Amino acid sequence: MSAPYTGPKVCLWTLDHANPASLETYVANGGYSALKKILAEKTPAAEIIEQVKISALRGRGGAGFPTGLKWSFMPRNYEGDKYIVCNSDEGEPGTFKDRDIIEFNPHQLIEGMVIAGYTLGAKAGYNYIHGEIFELYESWEKALEEARSAGYLGNNICGSGWAFDVHAHQGYGAYVCGEETALLESIEGKKGQPRFKPPFPASFGLYGKPTTINNTETLASIPWIMRNGGQAFLDLGKPNNGGTKIFSISGHVNKPGNYEIPMGTPFADLLVMAGGVRDGHTLKAVIPGGSSAPVLPAEIIMACTLDYDSIAKAGSMFGSGAVIVMDETVCMVKALERLSYFYYEESCGQCTPCREGTGWMYRVVHRIEHGEGRPEDLDLLMSVGNNIAGRTICALGEAAVGPVQSFIKHFRQEFEYHIEHKRCMVGA
Amino acid sequence: MPLITIDDQQIEIAAGSTVMDAARAAGIYIPHFCYHKKLSIAASCRMCLIEVEKAPKPLPACATPVTDGMVVRSYSAKAVEAQKGVMEFLLINHPLDCPICDQGGECQLQDIAVGYGGVASRYAEAKRVVKEKDLGPLVATDMTRCIHCSRCVRFGQEIAGIMELGMPGRGEHTEVMPFLEHHVSSELSGNVIDLCPVGALTSKPFRFSARSWEMARRKGISPHDGLGSNLALQVKDNRVMRVTPVDNEAINECWLADRDRFSYQALNSAERLTRPMVKDGGRWVEVDWPKAMAFAAGALKVIRDTHGASAIGFIASPHQTVEELYLFQKLARALGCENIDSRIDRVDFSGRRDGVEWLGMAVTDLNKLDRVLLVASTVRKEQPLIAQRLRQAVKKGAQVNVVHCADDDLLCSVANKLIARPSDLVNILAQVAKAVGADIDGLSDVVVSDAARAMAASLKSGEKKAVLLGAVAQQHPAASELHVLAQAIAKATGATLGFLVDSANAVGAGVVGCRPRQGGLNAAAMFVAPKKAYVILGAEPELDAADSAVAHQALAGAELVIALSPFKTAGADYAQVMLPVAAYAETAGSYVNMEGRLQSWCAAIPPQGEARTAWKVLRVLGNQFGLAGFDQDSAEQVLAEALPEGEATVRARLNNEIADVTVAHLNAAAGIERLGDTAVYQLDAYSRRAPALQVTVDGQVGHAAMACGALIARLGLSEDKPVKVRQSDAEVVFKLMRDDRLPDNVVRLAGGLAAAVQLGPRFGPISLEKM
Repeated sequence: MSAPYTGPKVCLWTLDHANPASLETYVANGGYSALKKILAEKTPAAEIIEQVKISALRGRGGAGFPTGLKWSFMPRNYEGDKYIVCNSDEGEPGTFKDRDIIEFNPHQLIEGMVIAGYTLGAKAGYNYIHGEIFELYESWEKALEEARSAGYLGNNICGSGWAFDVHAHQGYGAYVCGEETALLESIEGKKGQPRFKPPFPASFGLYGKPTTINNTETLASIPWIMRNGGQAFLDLGKPNNGGTKIFSISGHVNKPGNYEIPMGTPFADLLVMAGGVRDGHTLKAVIPGGSSAPVLPAEIIMACTLDYDSIAKAGSMFGSGAVIVMDETVCMVKALERLSYFYYEESCGQCTPCREGTGWMYRVVHRIEHGEGRPEDLDLLMSVGNNIAGRTICALGEAAVGPVQSFIKHFRQEFEYHIEHKRCMVGA
Repeated sequence: MPLITIDDQQIEIAAGSTVMDAARAAGIYIPHFCYHKKLSIAASCRMCLIEVEKAPKPLPACATPVTDGMVVRSYSAKAVEAQKGVMEFLLINHPLDCPICDQGGECQLQDIAVGYGGVASRYAEAKRVVKEKDLGPLVATDMTRCIHCSRCVRFGQEIAGIMELGMPGRGEHTEVMPFLEHHVSSELSGNVIDLCPVGALTSKPFRFSARSWEMARRKGISPHDGLGSNLALQVKDNRVMRVTPVDNEAINECWLADRDRFSYQALNSAERLTRPMVKDGGRWVEVDWPKAMAFAAGALKVIRDTHGASAIGFIASPHQTVEELYLFQKLARALGCENIDSRIDRVDFSGRRDGVEWLGMAVTDLNKLDRVLLVASTVRKEQPLIAQRLRQAVKKGAQVNVVHCADDDLLCSVANKLIARPSDLVNILAQVAKAVGADIDGLSDVVVSDAARAMAASLKSGEKKAVLLGAVAQQHPAASELHVLAQAIAKATGATLGFLVDSANAVGAGVVGCRPRQGGLNAAAMFVAPKKAYVILGAEPELDAADSAVAHQALAGAELVIALSPFKTAGADYAQVMLPVAAYAETAGSYVNMEGRLQSWCAAIPPQGEARTAWKVLRVLGNQFGLAGFDQDSAEQVLAEALPEGEATVRARLNNEIADVTVAHLNAAAGIERLGDTAVYQLDAYSRRAPALQVTVDGQVGHAAMACGALIARLGLSEDKPVKVRQSDAEVVFKLMRDDRLPDNVVRLAGGLAAAVQLGPRFGPISLEKM
C-alpha cells in the first residue's frame, strides 16, 4: 500500500496555501510569470505549441486528444477573428474537478487562456461555465476583474500592447452543451445542439470563426508547462500520458473528493487515498471516467493504472477522470436504470438514433427493474445500442450506449435474475 | 474535380460537393428525410448513412464532402444495416396511422419504410403523443407524426426569411411549434406542407377530401402575380382538389406562394357563374347561350349604330390569357373601337412609351444582383417568390435599397431606405437621382438627404444592378415621373431598369395590343368620361380601378354592360348580360410572365356548368357581327395568330423606355393621404374568392385601415376599433389598425376591397373620424 502522493501538483496546488483563489497567492508562487516571459520575449507560437506537444498533455475533458496537436490545427495565417473557448460545462455525472479549479485556482486558468489566446492568435476567450454552479460564475467574474485590474487581461497585457480579453458565459445545465459544438451554438445564443462535423471548430467554430476549445483542466495546465517545460510535465506522468490529473472519486468510498495525482498511478493507490471502500463493504464495480465510460468489475479495475492507455486496454474510457465506486450493495439494474434515464433526458433530440434510442433503452431497463422484463430484452438492448453507437451526430449516442452494453456484458446474470424472478438478487 | 465511386459507378463532381450531390448527379437514390436540395444541411435524420471505404463508421451522405478517390457504398450490407436501424428508430414513436393520414400514398416515411422497415416492430413500449398546434387556416398539424427532420423550421429561417416554427424541447420532448400565441402567417407558409416528409403538416383546406392516387396532376400556370409559377392542378371528378408546385428553376423553383397554392378554392366558389344571364326588368334571368349571345351582340350593335364605336369601352383583366386578350382587342378593333385597356389600376399614362414594360432581365438574374433599388414595391405581398429571390441575393452580399411609402419588412437586411408619403415619393426618388448624378432636368431645387446620398453610394458600387419599379410605383398618380427618374438612375449607375409586373398576363396583354392606339382611350379615361357601353372581360373595375368610385359610377350609368366572367358577382349590379366563361384551370391558354416567358397549358378540368372558354365566346361574338377573322378552331391557332413568332414576337415588343415626361410633383401634399396598394389576397377575382386566404392574417389585415401610432394618437382614435374613413364625399367604416412602419399622415387602405368602392382613388386626401 503506497503513501499519499506528495509530489508537485499542476492545478490544485493553491489548496496548500491560505486564500488559494487570490491573485496574491497565485502571483507569489510564480503565477503569471510564464505569460510575462512569453510577452516580453515574444516567444514564437510554434515554440509554445512544441512545448505543449512534448508535454503529452491530453484533453482533460474526456476525449484525451493531444492538446499540442489540436492547437496546431488552428489556421495560422487566417485573416479575421479567432477564438479560444474554455469548456467548463462539466455535466458528466461523477465529474466535479473543473469547478474546483475555478473556485481555488482561477488565475491559473486565466493565464492558461491568455497564453492560448496569444499562441493561437485569438481575439477573445470565452469560458462556458456549467449552469448548476452559479456561485462559481460570480467568483470567476471577480477573478477576471482582478486580472484586468492587474494588467493580465485587457487592452495592454503586461504592458506589451497586446490585447486579449476573457468573457464568462453561463450555461443552463444541458449536458449536451458540454459537447464542444453544442457549446458553441449555446454561446451564440442558439439551442444547444451539436453541429455535424466536418467542418471542425478549428476552421468553423464560434460565430463561424476558427476556434479552439479546451477543457478547464487542460487550459489550467498550460502555465505550469510553460513555467517548467513540456518535458517536466511529461515526467510527472508516463509516456503519452503527461502530467498530473485530478480524479473526482465518488460513491462508496470513505473520503470522496478530488485527488490530483500523476497519470499512471495504480487505481488501487487512488482507492487508498480516498479512504478505501466504505467500512465493512467490498468493491463491486467502478465506472472509471464519468458515467458514459463502460463499467469495469472490481477485479479488472484493480489491475489498471489510471491513464488513457491502461483503461482503454481494459475496455473502458479514461474520460474525465471521474471515478464512480460501487460496492456489493449496488443493484446493477437499478444503477443502469438511473444512468439510462439521465441520457434519455439529456439527449438533445436532434438526430434520430439518440432521440429515439435513448428513450427505448431507458424504458426497457425501467421495465426490467420493475419486474416486467422479458427474456429477449437483453439482446434487444444490445442491438438497440449497436444501432445508436456510431450513427449519431455527436458522442452522446455512444455515451448513452456505453453504460447499457457494459452493465449487461459484465453483470448479465444480475439482469437475468431480475427478469426471471422479478426482483433483485442483491440482498436476496 | 474529384473522382469518386458510388456503388461501382464513377462520378466526377465539383470539389465541395457532398456524397449526396454526387449520388443525385449519378441518378443513385440514397434514402433521406432531412436533406432537401434547397435547404441547409441538418444531417440529423441519419437515414442517408452510407459506407465509405476506410471510414470506421457509416457517414451521412448529405453532409460528407467528396474527396478524390473516395469509394462509397450506398447499398452494402453495412450501409443498409445502418439505414434499417435508423428506419426502426423513426418508426417506434410514429403512430403508423397511415389509413387516416392525409399523407398516405405520398409519404416519404411510408415509401422508405417499404424498403427499409421491418415487418413487425420490436418496440413494445408506449408511443409518444404530441399535442396539435394551431398554425392558422392553411396548415393542419398532426404533430405526433413528426419525425423531427426540421425541414419546416429551416424553410422559415432560410427561404421565407422569418422563423415562425421552432423546435423547442430536448430529446424525445422535442416538438415543432410556432411561437406562443402565434400562427404561421408567412405568405410562403404552404410550402411546409410539401416539405414535410410525413403527415405532420398537411393542407387544411384540402385535408380528408381526396387521396393522392385518386387525383390526376395537370399542369397549369398561376393566374396571380407576374411570375407565372408552375402549378400541378390536382384533379378528381373534374374538380381541382388542391394545387402543388411543379419544379421550375427558372421561375418558382420548387416553391409556391400561398396565393398560388390556395386560390383554387375560387374555382369551386358558390359565386361561380354557371349559366348565361340577362337582366330583364331589373331582374336576372337565366337564358341559353344562343339567346344570350344574340342579346349581347344585338344590344352592342344598337349602341354602335346609335352612338358610334367610340361610345364603347373594352376593359379586360390582365389575368386573362393571351388568346382571350388577343381576340378581345381584335373584336374591339373589328368593331371600330380603339378604347381597349387592361391597365385598370393605373392613372398616369403620360409620357411616350415604346413598348411593353417588363422585368428587363430574366427572373433568375435577380439572384445574381449585387445592388438593387426597389422603388415603391410591397414585393413580399406583390410577388412573394421574387422577394424570396432577392432574399437569397442579399444572403450572398447584395445590397437592397428601398424607396417606398411604407417601411415594410422585407425579411432581409436592407442597405438604405427612404420612406415617405405617397405624395412625397417623387421627391425622394428625385433625391436619389440627383445624388447619383442622373441626367435629368428639373431637379435643381431638390435637396439631397444623407440617406439619399448613402443610397447613391450603394448604387454606384457593385457590378450587377437593377432598379425595379413595384406596383405602387406603377399605380402612383405620378407613375410616369417615377418611371423617368428610375430610368435616369438606372442609366447613371449602369443598372437594368425593370418592372415588377403584378399580374399574371399584364405583359401578354400589352404584347397582343390590349392598349388603346391612336384616338383610343385608356382605362382611366374610359371611366372619367363614361361610355355608353362596356364590354368587360374577367375584370372587376369597380374593385380594382385606380378610382373605384368613378369606375363604378360609369359602369352603373352605362346603357349596356356585357360582362364575361367566371363569377356572377362581377358585374351583377351594373351589367345587362353576364356570360359565364371558363376560369384559368378550365381553359387552354397562355400567359407571358414578367421576364417575357410564354407559358401555355391545357385545360385541367372542363368549365363549370354551361360556362364556355372565353376565347370561344369572343370568337362567336365576332361571328354574330359577321366579322372576318373569327374562325379559329383551337387555342393554339389563336396563339399562333396573336404571337406568330412565339416568344420572339414577345421579346420584340418589350421595352421599358419612357420619354417626354417632366418631373413636376416634387412637393408633398398637406394633410393625411391614402396609400391604396393592393392587398395580397385582393389581387384578382380568384384570390379574393379563396376563403382560406381571406381568413389568414394577411387576408384580415387587408380589410383594415392602417395608420401609425402617432397619427392615431393625434387624431384621438383608438387602434383595433372601428373608425369612419372619409374620402371625397364618401364615408365607410373600417377597423383601424396600428402599423408603425407607415409614415405619419398616411392611411393604408388597400385597393380592391368591396367595402371601399365608394371611397374612390387609391391615392390622395383621406380623413379618419371617431365613430
